[in-house]
Amino acid sequence: MEIGAYSFGDTQLNPDGSQRGTSEAVRNLFEAIVQADHAGLDYFGIGEHHTTSMPASSPGAIVAAAAAATKQIKLGSAASIISTDDPVRVFQQFATADAISGGGRIEITAGRGSSVETFPLFGYDLGDYDELYAQKLDLLMTINNSATPEVNWDGSRRPAITNLAVVPRPAAGPMPIWLATGGNAGSSARAGQLGLPVSYGIIGGAPHRFAPLAELYRRSAAQAGHSGPEIKVSVAALGLVAPTKQEALDRFYPGWHNLNVEMGRLRGWPAPDKRAFLAQAEAPGAYYVGNPDEVAERIVHLHGHLGHMRHFLQTDIGGLPHEHLLESIQLLATEVKPRVERLLARK
Amino acid sequence: MELGVIGILGAGQVGTAVARQALKAGYRVKIATAKPAAEIALLAEIITPGAEAVDAAEAAAADLVVAAVPLHKYRTLRPDLLAGRTVVDAMNYWAQTDGVIADFDDERGSSEVIQEFLAGARLVKSLNHIGYRELEVDAREPGSADRRALALASDDDDAKAVVAGFIDRLGYDPIDAGPLSAGRVFQPGTTIFNAAHTAKQLRGLLAEANEPARP
Ligand SMILES: NC(=O)c1ccc[n+]([C@@H]2O[C@H](COP(=O)([O-])OP(=O)(O)OC[C@H]3O[C@@H](n4cnc5c(N)ncnc54)[C@H](OP(=O)(O)O)[C@@H]3O)[C@@H](O)[C@H]2O)c1
Repeated sequence: MEIGAYSFGDTQLNPDGSQRGTSEAVRNLFEAIVQADHAGLDYFGIGEHHTTSMPASSPGAIVAAAAAATKQIKLGSAASIISTDDPVRVFQQFATADAISGGGRIEITAGRGSSVETFPLFGYDLGDYDELYAQKLDLLMTINNSATPEVNWDGSRRPAITNLAVVPRPAAGPMPIWLATGGNAGSSARAGQLGLPVSYGIIGGAPHRFAPLAELYRRSAAQAGHSGPEIKVSVAALGLVAPTKQEALDRFYPGWHNLNVEMGRLRGWPAPDKRAFLAQAEAPGAYYVGNPDEVAERIVHLHGHLGHMRHFLQTDIGGLPHEHLLESIQLLATEVKPRVERLLARK
Repeated sequence: MELGVIGILGAGQVGTAVARQALKAGYRVKIATAKPAAEIALLAEIITPGAEAVDAAEAAAADLVVAAVPLHKYRTLRPDLLAGRTVVDAMNYWAQTDGVIADFDDERGSSEVIQEFLAGARLVKSLNHIGYRELEVDAREPGSADRRALALASDDDDAKAVVAGFIDRLGYDPIDAGPLSAGRVFQPGTTIFNAAHTAKQLRGLLAEANEPARP
């Protein structure tokens, strides 16, 4: 099982609660990825977010920088909002990172994203949501799977591409393209039909309720004749690892609270409830907040339901002090991962 | 009134949760998307076991129809098929999450806009102010002290009574909020929308919310 992390960037806070710079947040993210590589973490995903509190707007740029500064870690987006991006550019950026990395450890995760952020920013029409997503995903897959640098594609949401080179070509063949979903059943079926690996973003509720979705995904894939190693499931969830459970809760809660206050202000929600937080932070909740033993056990427990091959955590939210992110990543790689392997081997 | 078949338009997060809960309550359930039935046969088999995957036209012909499609797609619902039908509108307009949709950027509640489009349907706004993850978890037997209440708004009293029976069997206390326009007080961003309430609490909040608006 691969163990990883993902981040949307996390702008640090001053003691008075005001935000520090977004540029510092990107530098911190870069530093975290480099440390994750040293520590032996398997995967780091970089989100696409466009807010002052979560400023990782350009996963392709961060992945390329990290590709140059790391040796073994797999790097990808988590996710690229392809509905409102240009799939040609997304491919080129990640293929460039692939070249810099030495080849074979760069991935793309395609997501729909929250329409409220990227649709007005990039000037797209929300009414077109589904069609844009379907066509852009198709174009991205066509470019990635093309046997030659010259690509041909035809659709209704942009002019056709007729025998134009899209380069560089990934060194080790097509890059993995994951389909990200938050649990919509149609998306699981679609991922299976397309033969793409699927990445579940589980942000609340009991994670094992995704088991029927994973089954739908695998059976849809089988029905469409896809059975290779690319039929696989990963799970992205919130969490933080610390030496003790209490430290983990104490470290994660303030940022969780800040993020929920911010979203609540935007969406008219009431103040976040600490009891709800604590409930999610215990099995079978969605937050993997704990000491290495507990987090490892809960990952393995979910594996019994989903059979996923990668579990990766978002830790830095709401101005989490950077050193807590770094320690969590260190513990994930050096303490959680070996425990997960031991527990799985025993099964 | 004894209800037989529940038709669900939309097999997303909300549609599948309502389908499972209705099956648990003993209803026969037909579920549809805008695509041909065959395309969601496997989905229904695994995600809503016991529900029949059908075309939208067949779901629309059920005794009670639940509309749970993304709001920006409301014009793909079929007014001709839904005319005369009792339809629960579980949809929400939430510009802060889903972006601005011009048709709903309006004084009126989203269900009033839907009713104008589905002119002949007997529309009841309900099931919109409970999260899809909560629907199967918060249900309780009638009379339980912590039973959660859900509001209903409609201009059609008979349809409202039918939907009230459905909500009750799903595991919730149905509370009459008044005409369809009263649905504005339990849309996203309102106190009612933001939390779970018992029948007593919900009645109080509805009275409070409706007071200043009424002459
Ligand atoms: N999130 C919540 O907890 C919550 C709670 C209450 C209410 N709501 C509201 O409920 C609505 C649905 O949300 P959701 O999260 O379930 O959406 P969703 O996951 O995106 O699913 C929408 C479903 O509707 C189908 N659909 C689209 N057009 C259709 C048509 N004309 N006839 C039949 N089916 C059609 C889609 O399938 P195809 O595109 O394949 O046809 C898909 O299965 C939204 O308005 C939302 O605001 C949400």
